[in-house]
Amino acid sequence: MSNSGWAVELDHISKEFRGTAAVRDVSLRIADGEFFSLLGPSGCGKTTLLRMIAGFELPDRGEIVIHNVVMGDTPPHQRDVNTVFQSYALFPHMSVAENVAFGLQMKHVNKREIATRVQQALDMVQLGSYGERRPRQLSGGQQQRVALARALINQPEVLLLDEPLGALDLKLRKEMQLELKGIQQRLGITFIFVTHDQEEALTMSDRIAVMDAGQVLQVGGPTEIYERPTFRFVADFIGECNFLPGSVVAVENGSATIQTSGGLQVTGIAPQPVAVGAAVVLAIRPEKVRLIEGDRPAGVNLFPVKVERVAYIGSDTRIIVRLPDGAPFDVWEANTVSTLDPNQYYTPGDEVFLAWTPQNALVLRH
Amino acid sequence: MLSARTEHRRAWWQASPAMIWLGLFFLAPLVLIVLYSFQSRASDGTVAWTWTLENYAKLLRDGSFWRTLWLSTWIALVVTLITLLISYPLAYFMATRPKRWRSALLFAVMLPFWTNFLVRIYAWKVLLGNNGVINQVLAGVGLEPIAIINSQWAVLLALVYGELPYMILPLYAALERFDWTQMEAAHDLGAGRVQAFTRIMLPQTLAGITAGAILVFVPTVGTFAVSDILGGTDGFMIGNLLDLHFRSTPNWPYGAAISMLFMLLLLGAIALYLKATREETDGENPG
Repeated sequence: MSNSGWAVELDHISKEFRGTAAVRDVSLRIADGEFFSLLGPSGCGKTTLLRMIAGFELPDRGEIVIHNVVMGDTPPHQRDVNTVFQSYALFPHMSVAENVAFGLQMKHVNKREIATRVQQALDMVQLGSYGERRPRQLSGGQQQRVALARALINQPEVLLLDEPLGALDLKLRKEMQLELKGIQQRLGITFIFVTHDQEEALTMSDRIAVMDAGQVLQVGGPTEIYERPTFRFVADFIGECNFLPGSVVAVENGSATIQTSGGLQVTGIAPQPVAVGAAVVLAIRPEKVRLIEGDRPAGVNLFPVKVERVAYIGSDTRIIVRLPDGAPFDVWEANTVSTLDPNQYYTPGDEVFLAWTPQNALVLRH
Repeated sequence: MLSARTEHRRAWWQASPAMIWLGLFFLAPLVLIVLYSFQSRASDGTVAWTWTLENYAKLLRDGSFWRTLWLSTWIALVVTLITLLISYPLAYFMATRPKRWRSALLFAVMLPFWTNFLVRIYAWKVLLGNNGVINQVLAGVGLEPIAIINSQWAVLLALVYGELPYMILPLYAALERFDWTQMEAAHDLGAGRVQAFTRIMLPQTLAGITAGAILVFVPTVGTFAVSDILGGTDGFMIGNLLDLHFRSTPNWPYGAAISMLFMLLLLGAIALYLKATREETDGENPG
């Protein structure tokens, strides 16, 4: 068997449910040993895509290849992938150890080896002494670990995770994110991770596919997805973003100047080529702009604004300002100096200047 | 805050209507039967109030009692097994339909209850009789008639028909609250259809099977009307034996003894059965 280096290849996959397209013509290649996330809002098709890789659903069109083997209609129990379910789907009538042993029993591994490997798997998820318990005697986080051990003990080539951290509280979720990432790096198994939580995807992934309405909009590493989104949807879904709609008035090597509908002239970089006259949006993240007090300085992308609302949230201060045309605009300023002096913070009604460097703003097609 | 004692007394008061009800209609007849079984027979077949153990001594030697008990048990076991084999796939089918279909299907299962049970048994007599509907149809297409009426087979058929809902309902209840993603999890971990069923679904629906089996077995083993109407001498069951001793050729004390022994054997069997299945279902998700 020749090895292409791809763990999973999706080739023009489409799936409909009762006439509604759930996944539309998705092609992806996921590398061996990669932590790959499918990120998107609920109903975007990410779970359907995962279920097709697992074999619970078959694609209407297209081909799924796992480690160079074309899956066709191979049933789930004959695929070398395992799944961690959103609801964990632990077997309530079995002990934790029996749950974890189930996959090896199905493969007729001998009893002594099963016992050893079950203990190793439970130790790996720090539940070494919980083997005799029933799943319902465990907390949500512990059940999640059992589900992980139950899948990983089979040493699958690819582990599929369907929003596995969704039911955990925030603190536990952060812990599990690090732990999952650690386990993935230690074992070198390909993880395909479905989530709607952008922060989770950014923290853990080598690469992320952002999905909307059954389609993959952009695939890339966390910085690429965050810093160079190619669609308005991606910029909007991942992190916070200000959007100024307008049309292109000038284009010059990689950057574009647009006239906003509010009458401002702004410049940003254009990740994809745009033509003069095209309807676009300028996308600019609230932490990538500055507020300047005092006299008007010189420069482009500089506008007088009025502070409307100020929210102090500890690490940042989040400020809403009004542009000259009256549109609201979010600005986040990092609180880099520790002070109680009220004059160091903005107050509503302050008149200041809003500025950004052109490389911090993106000209995106709709 | 009320004292534990007052609390306790109040609980008794609140329960008293139920106590009186049970005492009058459940306990009193039972005590009466126990008493009867230790008396000798009066000349008219009722009870002469002289104490004796003779009824039980006679019963242990009575071949016809043990034969009838064996036939009743055999029929009840077969009926339970057949209803289970029919009901499980049916309940599975119902539980996997979309929600709006399920209540309609449940309604269909319970529809026969709207007609009197005796009427339905007489309908079977009409269907199965030697000149009944089925045999007329068979004759019409030139086939040999079947002689099923007045046999244990007719009893069996009608009992399976009548008891089916009592098996379907607890199985449906068990399957409806079953978490189906567990089947996907089992497949995902390498289990084929058969293994996923026997290792995951069956153990978790065992409580429903147990409930259904008891609900079907107990009324079936003690049935009277069905075997009386459809069974003839071939389908003579415990219920008919009791009828004989209390009505046709009265010997109330002996009938009472049969009733007592039968009840004790039945309770013993059910206790053993529950013990066995409880060990199996231990640890199953309650509720």
